[in-house]
Amino acid sequence: MKIVVLMKQVPNEDAAIKVDSSNKSIIEDNVTFITNEPDTYGLEEALLMKDKIESIDEVVVCSMGPSSCQQTIKDALAKGADRGIFINNPDQSNQDPLSRAKIIAKVLEKENFDIVLSGLQSDDDGYAQLGILLAELLKMNHASLVMGAEFIDNDTVKVKRELESGWFQWSELKLPISLTIQSGLNQPRYASLKGIMGVKKKTIDTFEIPDLGIGDVNSKTELVKLFAPVKTKTTEYIDGSTDEVVEKLVSIMKNEIKVI
Amino acid sequence: MKILCFVQNDDSVINPVSKEAIALSQEIKNKLNGELDILTFNQDVSSELNQFEATNILVGNNQELENYNPLFYTSAVEHIISSNNYDLIIVGHTYQARDWVPRLSARKDIPFISDCIDYLIEDNSIQWVRSLYRAKINSQLKSKSQQSIISIQSGCFKADNIKSGQSEIKNIEIDLSHVNKTIVPGEKFKESGSQIDLTSSDVIISIGRGIGKEENIPMAKELAELTGGLLASSRPVVDSGWLDHSLQIGSSGQVVSPKLYLALGISGAIQHVVGMKGSNSIIAINKDPNAPIFELSDYGIIGDILEIIPKLNEAIKEV
Repeated sequence: MKIVVLMKQVPNEDAAIKVDSSNKSIIEDNVTFITNEPDTYGLEEALLMKDKIESIDEVVVCSMGPSSCQQTIKDALAKGADRGIFINNPDQSNQDPLSRAKIIAKVLEKENFDIVLSGLQSDDDGYAQLGILLAELLKMNHASLVMGAEFIDNDTVKVKRELESGWFQWSELKLPISLTIQSGLNQPRYASLKGIMGVKKKTIDTFEIPDLGIGDVNSKTELVKLFAPVKTKTTEYIDGSTDEVVEKLVSIMKNEIKVI
Repeated sequence: MKILCFVQNDDSVINPVSKEAIALSQEIKNKLNGELDILTFNQDVSSELNQFEATNILVGNNQELENYNPLFYTSAVEHIISSNNYDLIIVGHTYQARDWVPRLSARKDIPFISDCIDYLIEDNSIQWVRSLYRAKINSQLKSKSQQSIISIQSGCFKADNIKSGQSEIKNIEIDLSHVNKTIVPGEKFKESGSQIDLTSSDVIISIGRGIGKEENIPMAKELAELTGGLLASSRPVVDSGWLDHSLQIGSSGQVVSPKLYLALGISGAIQHVVGMKGSNSIIAINKDPNAPIFELSDYGIIGDILEIIPKLNEAIKEV
């Protein structure tokens, strides 16, 4: 059996994000890009499955985006993934989740993966759709917000899903499946020195979108503009020494909000 | 403009975000002089829905729709929209919607603009606002397709704005015999352990990543006790195993609106914000001046919670 893990690069969470003069993209000059954190849980889950289940013989990592995404693939290979797929897509600004899913589906369809894993959403545009769109396009079953997975037999997997308000649910799926993984279900591993050394021996296949023969990949949505959120509240900042701040805070809690 | 609003039911109760979706659907219908059908798969909620202003209340009937299954839900809504040419399908951005709506989008090749927080109408066309990069940037976008699917973030539209009125209930028998049950969801359950109801507390002391380590939690707990409030947290604290899952505020936890929400070392990711933005007063303390949590706070303190909490505890003891 083969697993593919979808991983994306996103701006680091502390990055100050500013809109450029076109109002259609962000200024990337001083932004560090990292692997989307939710996807790292997907990779760890795939590696754990491979350790545990003998019939899983390959974990492939797939990333789409500009060439810097190859770093995300290399990091995953260092942690134990066997092979990489890089889809060169330098400008995704005209693509919505469905058009991106169509590109990825086209690349993945020949591989006949048994399991697709992805993070529950990306920390950049946060649509939270890709894993499920792929399930439909690749004719797979799916489950979202997965907290754990067990094989019942060779073609059935039982997954624990997180629902809202503290509820959970077990769900049984026939392979092939696409699972979106809830953050925090495992402890993503660090790459070992041996793993890092081994990356060079592993392959990364590169795909160019014009070669895929899927025609128009532009989305059916159009970005009008990006803008900084307008504050809905006026925030009163309290400053001063710690003692001064504490004194003002106590006064607000006592006299304004009246909770002490 | 023909609108279909899908209503999620949780154990025969209308999901709160679905009510917000109804309010939004009515608003758009009235602004654009359109029609609105409200769809449910639950007979029990249809009489409540029938008190709302709409063209039709559609009740989709099939035994397989009694409990949620993404395959049956997708095929049932596919059936409904194939016989009616809706321009706009509106749902609440719940975990359930996230599970099945993308399938409908891929199957029917209809763009799905998920997790919208606002909209505006320009030249009779709708532009949708979404929040990107952990709430640091907003985007405004429009559909180029005749049909679109929209999901709305919890708390962005007011259910109180629902207009009452009369409509017609239409029962629709849906044939799902062609759908193979290759996904079999089980009963829902809660993890064992005490469930603390955070929703009734006047004060919530909530800690995030900034608490640093487990050893620092007792000081926050003491603050909760001193203010007669309850201790809660954002997701990272729960994921680290420092607090029980049940104490989480946000989309996968509880939704609260206390008199005072004190956010300690919480950055303010959307998933957390949806659980607390309705609070009467919000005070945030965070080292990072760019933390999005300050955007919705009444009072902000840029500083180290580990220095401030112990002194605050001492000061409150003297009040």
